[in-house]
Amino acid sequence: MATPENTLAFDGGWEYAPAPESTDHVEIDKRYGLFIGGDFVKPEKGRYFDTINPATEERLARIAEADAADVDRAVKAARKAFGPWSRMKAAERGKYVYRIARIIQERAREFAAIESLDGGKPIRESRDVDVPLAAAHFFYYAGWSDKLEYAFPGRKVKPLGVAGQVIPWNFPLLMAAWKLAPALACGNTVVLKPAETTPLTALKLAEVIADAGLPDGVVNIVTGAGETGAAVVEHPRVDKIAFTGSTAVGRVIQKALAGTRKKYTLELGGKAANVIFADAAIDQAVEGIVNGIFFNQGHVCCAGSRLFVQEAVADEVVEKLKDRMETLIVGDPLDKNTDIGAINSAAQLEKIESYLEIGRSEGGEMFQSSCTVPDTGYWCRPTIFTGVSQSNRVVQEEIFGPVLAIQTFRSYSEAIAKANNTPYGLSGGVWTDKGAKIFKMTQNVRAGVVWANTFNKFDPTSPFGGYKESGVGREGGLHGLDAYLSLEA
Amino acid sequence: MATAAEKTRERLSVAKTYKLYIGGKFPRTESGRYFKLTDKNGVVVANVCRGSRKDFRNAVVAARKAQPGWAGASAYLRGQILYRIAEMLEGRREQFTAELNRQGIAVRAAEKEVDASVDRLVYYAGWADKYQQVFSAVNPVSSSHFNFSVLEPTGLVAILAPEDSGLLGLVSNLAPAIVGGNTAVVLASASRPLSAISFAEVLHASDLPAGVVNLLTGYRDELTEHFASHMDVNAIVYCDGGKRAARQIQSLAAGNIKRVVERSGIEWSKPGAQHPYLIRDTQEVKTTWHPIGT
Repeated sequence: MATPENTLAFDGGWEYAPAPESTDHVEIDKRYGLFIGGDFVKPEKGRYFDTINPATEERLARIAEADAADVDRAVKAARKAFGPWSRMKAAERGKYVYRIARIIQERAREFAAIESLDGGKPIRESRDVDVPLAAAHFFYYAGWSDKLEYAFPGRKVKPLGVAGQVIPWNFPLLMAAWKLAPALACGNTVVLKPAETTPLTALKLAEVIADAGLPDGVVNIVTGAGETGAAVVEHPRVDKIAFTGSTAVGRVIQKALAGTRKKYTLELGGKAANVIFADAAIDQAVEGIVNGIFFNQGHVCCAGSRLFVQEAVADEVVEKLKDRMETLIVGDPLDKNTDIGAINSAAQLEKIESYLEIGRSEGGEMFQSSCTVPDTGYWCRPTIFTGVSQSNRVVQEEIFGPVLAIQTFRSYSEAIAKANNTPYGLSGGVWTDKGAKIFKMTQNVRAGVVWANTFNKFDPTSPFGGYKESGVGREGGLHGLDAYLSLEA
Repeated sequence: MATAAEKTRERLSVAKTYKLYIGGKFPRTESGRYFKLTDKNGVVVANVCRGSRKDFRNAVVAARKAQPGWAGASAYLRGQILYRIAEMLEGRREQFTAELNRQGIAVRAAEKEVDASVDRLVYYAGWADKYQQVFSAVNPVSSSHFNFSVLEPTGLVAILAPEDSGLLGLVSNLAPAIVGGNTAVVLASASRPLSAISFAEVLHASDLPAGVVNLLTGYRDELTEHFASHMDVNAIVYCDGGKRAARQIQSLAAGNIKRVVERSGIEWSKPGAQHPYLIRDTQEVKTTWHPIGT
């Protein structure tokens, strides 16, 4: 237990000098149009909205707002491009997708800086996770283009047509890659709608796609908010919908698609259990907890937002976690020392803060690190709740912020029962020194992705997606191809 | 019920009461309602239970309770139990043929339907310990992890069986769901319900744990909304029904993001109507990241 002698002095006078990523190589236009049929075009109604830097609240660019007529133009362009694209020699199609991967790698620094500017995530994460994974995703699926007949034994495969894809603001470029890469490799054309708070990297990706020489109309990017997304989902000439976002919106989409022939995949919310057994390597587990809930400000659908610690080590884990939280640096997303960047938007910050209030009013004990945060921008200090139970709203509902709810358990069966007591089923984590226990746990957690002695790991070869109300279908890996093909006898 | 053959015999036959099959028991519908099934001459063949929402909810409770145990059974055992169902059905070939015939199917066609149903069960019995090998994957991730994806049952599957294929259609949709470790609640064809209930007797004699399959008879128009909206159902498989039903089912399924599987216009007697992708329809892909080294 902690004594003055063995407690680390985190306020021991150490300070990190600022280490900001340079942005002089970054080019952001004042205004962006819609990317339709290979060109940036003006929106028909001429409406634009601001995309801002959530760390400074300053405007980065004006972005075109697509209405139903613009979406219709984009779908027509995609429809027109579909025939030649789907009939193209598969190996050639693959080579286009390889080109996209290579150009992203070449322009990685620029993409990372823009991702952090527009979305608020720490540069370390955009640089080391988002951008390299996006490039890897294109590279992985590029190679599938001419090998699809090996993926589904006994079936013939055919592309679906035009895919309408609606992506969230938490991993803007990476989600675009998750959606575009398999769609293109399988021979579909695309209308993609980025999130309204983070459209920039998708629009930069449009430049990449143009530079790669993809035929006009194969990829179309329409920017806007919910109404634009609804226009994509409801367009009668779209054959497939891929959506990543909240379960509430997923439900609306599933209803909107009822009675149509559109195929769909939904990657929705989560409330993942991260389970720490007493025999786990505790320091490593604490790092895993931090990575599980504070990675990307907790704006992660698979975040480990429910922590379950075996009673014998609960006090030790919570104490070490609090110590570790004190070392986390919250601030400038472009600073390479920053651990936790800006909350993505004012609306999201308001939502997170309302949950902090709910957590306290329901009797939870809240702890936040004592760090300072900048005066402008949207910030939330890393937060944990102890003394909460299964019925508390901060335990049951997805907060999508750096807020962790901690509970304890005694036995394996109690851990499983508590972990599965949720309508969600996207991911889970288990920490133990025992391989057999890992397998027993991972077998019984009702979730699509389970991490053992790690958390929030992603790879293009590794399928991702949820059980229960966390969604339908998988993205990534061989299993991710299914979403973009029709299988025939 | 009275049959024509009865008049030529001295002995009065004992007619069967057709009931529901829920949790390994044969209860009457709690609603006390029935509908008359008549043969082509208008003779009453049976008073069939007109199952209710409450019957369905009871069936879901039974199916949920049975699910972890059934999913936890070894693939070999599940295969053997499906094979056993085939054996039991084969042994009652004459009974099923006669029953299909009484529901308006010519004897030759009825024989073929029973034979095909037996063969279909054998087909899926064989898949029990193989589909996993075909559909799972080891994924070569860049980090030091053994990463693999396997199929797991979606959980509880509600099935609206085909209307015009009372036995084969039922078997063809039920077998791929349960062979993968799901439990099922099935609404049988309303115009050909008898074989479904007799099939429940076959299931009952096949070491299939109680609650793994639950069979209801009743009106599809009445029960569809409950099948599609129940919050403890993980997937709904519906056969035929047209565009209006499709819209209703998919729309209600959104309440808890059910997996929706439509199987329309399928000729269940064709060889192409059996394949392991029907098993996969009600499976989830689980990906595990297992550490390598320390």
